[in-house]
Amino acid sequence: MHGLEIYGLAVAPLYVISEQPKFSDWRMQIYLPIAEVSVNAFLLLGLGGLVGLLSGMFGVGGGFLMTPLLLFIGIPPPVAVATEANQIMASSFSGVLAHLRRKTVDFQMGGVLLIGGLAGAAAGVLIFKELRELGQVDLLVRLSYVVLLGFIGTLMFIESLRAVNRSRKHIIPPKRRHIGWIHGLPFKIRFRASTLYISAIPPIIIGVAVGLLSAIMGIGGGFILVPAMIYLLGMPTKVVIGTSLFQIIFVTGFTTVMHATTNYSVDMALAVTLLTGGVVGAQIGARLAIRMKAEILRVLLSVIVLAVCAKLATDLLLEPAEPFSIAYGLL
Amino acid sequence: MIIRILILFAAIATFQQANANESVVAALSQNRVSITANFDGSEILVYGAIKRDEPLPEASALHVIISVVGPLAPVLVRRKLYKFGIWVNADSARIGQAPTFHAVATTGDLEKILSESEDLLHEVSVDQIIEAVGKPANSEDSEIFREALIRLRTEEGLYSGFPVPVEFAEETLFSTRFALPANLVEGDYSVRIFLTRDGAVIDDHEQTIFVRKVGLERWIYNLAHDEPLAYGLLSLLIAVAAGWCASTVFRFVMKA
Repeated sequence: MHGLEIYGLAVAPLYVISEQPKFSDWRMQIYLPIAEVSVNAFLLLGLGGLVGLLSGMFGVGGGFLMTPLLLFIGIPPPVAVATEANQIMASSFSGVLAHLRRKTVDFQMGGVLLIGGLAGAAAGVLIFKELRELGQVDLLVRLSYVVLLGFIGTLMFIESLRAVNRSRKHIIPPKRRHIGWIHGLPFKIRFRASTLYISAIPPIIIGVAVGLLSAIMGIGGGFILVPAMIYLLGMPTKVVIGTSLFQIIFVTGFTTVMHATTNYSVDMALAVTLLTGGVVGAQIGARLAIRMKAEILRVLLSVIVLAVCAKLATDLLLEPAEPFSIAYGLL
Repeated sequence: MIIRILILFAAIATFQQANANESVVAALSQNRVSITANFDGSEILVYGAIKRDEPLPEASALHVIISVVGPLAPVLVRRKLYKFGIWVNADSARIGQAPTFHAVATTGDLEKILSESEDLLHEVSVDQIIEAVGKPANSEDSEIFREALIRLRTEEGLYSGFPVPVEFAEETLFSTRFALPANLVEGDYSVRIFLTRDGAVIDDHEQTIFVRKVGLERWIYNLAHDEPLAYGLLSLLIAVAAGWCASTVFRFVMKA
């Protein structure tokens, strides 16, 4: 009867095990096939929504906030950058359609910017690949963000504080002006939609710079393009947004394909999840922005930018709790 | 449930025809783990019985050690050092082969129930596996990189760290459960069961768990690596379509 005793013993634990509930479903984890990590789907939708909300409120693309946030939640830098480029391309697409309908896109200027942009993006992806193999891509991404966000955030903060003061004192902001030396350069082209007759060199250089940043940082670069177009090139404000979006969709689209073919780091599932949250957030943000004062919004945005910059900077400056890391996706 | 009972019956039935030596009969709750879009880790139940036809030897205690080892792969471990006022990756070591997953379950203290030479021979503990197959070739501080690898993977839940207990009844029936984390790597996972007496392995048994990405996950991963250009273009197309759909649906909802 030894066997029967064992039988009784065996059934009890097995019964308990088989009746236990499996992993609970409410957590809604989503397994990202390229990043090869499992992340909460609501966290991603929420991040997408939050950044979308900010981009809707402030009229910026939001890539410069999303990429650092993806790093903070543990997405490997190559995947964060490449996937952000993909997301920005898609979220700018509907924007450019609206501008095409209103005919506020300067195709000539967009084309010239694009020549520089594609060259810059191609160079950026190659630099990214080299540094990834050297194990320095994390540093490259973080350092670029600290410098860029620190610079832009400080400028925006000072400028927006001035704007707040101006609006209190009811002083009209100064009008746009042309920068003299830009008109002395060769290869002049007539940009009809922008009513400009300037050299092609400055737009190409701006394009290269934005393309590089797009490939290395996973941003559209609208927040650099727009001021550069207004203050450096002297373009009329009404065509600036449409033209920058036009250049952004092609540059980020090209960056996405370049990253996909050289670094295999575009995560389709991540892009679509972020995008879904982002689109909804952007629509809500745009409605909220109407009710808020533009000057206050700009102070807020600059504070957010500086906060993200500070978090990234402390990671570089303070001694890490864990100095060791396992290289992602190599070997 | 019924199948499990039948397996146990079968295990018990074989008691009558067993050899003089003790040997192990074991089964897994599943030998296939599918990584799907909502994969959130899995759990493997390992259970079985000891087969013997002589009475229990009184002299020493019988112990069971169960190990689950994921596919071996080379690893590059990097170390940050303080340079130019910031912390940067400045040093690295390549570890030839390390298991991507490792967990051990035992009926007692691993060092007491398994001698070091047997551990080395059967490659049970994670130290021994890395030692045996992938010791870093170069520097003298390679030891700290190996320790760092074990520490990092333990934090990620990929190495179990200390052994989990095995339920062991009447020195005959045993069962244990392994939690497989969400960040599993694809491949063949070997489950090995060792019986030990006085630190020596007297019998062992091996089975395989196949961990695979399936469905959409499989398809996306393959496309991204086999046809990167098509994948890149498709990502753009899907993202544009998804963005357009989401905004159209949202506008429709807001109007309604």
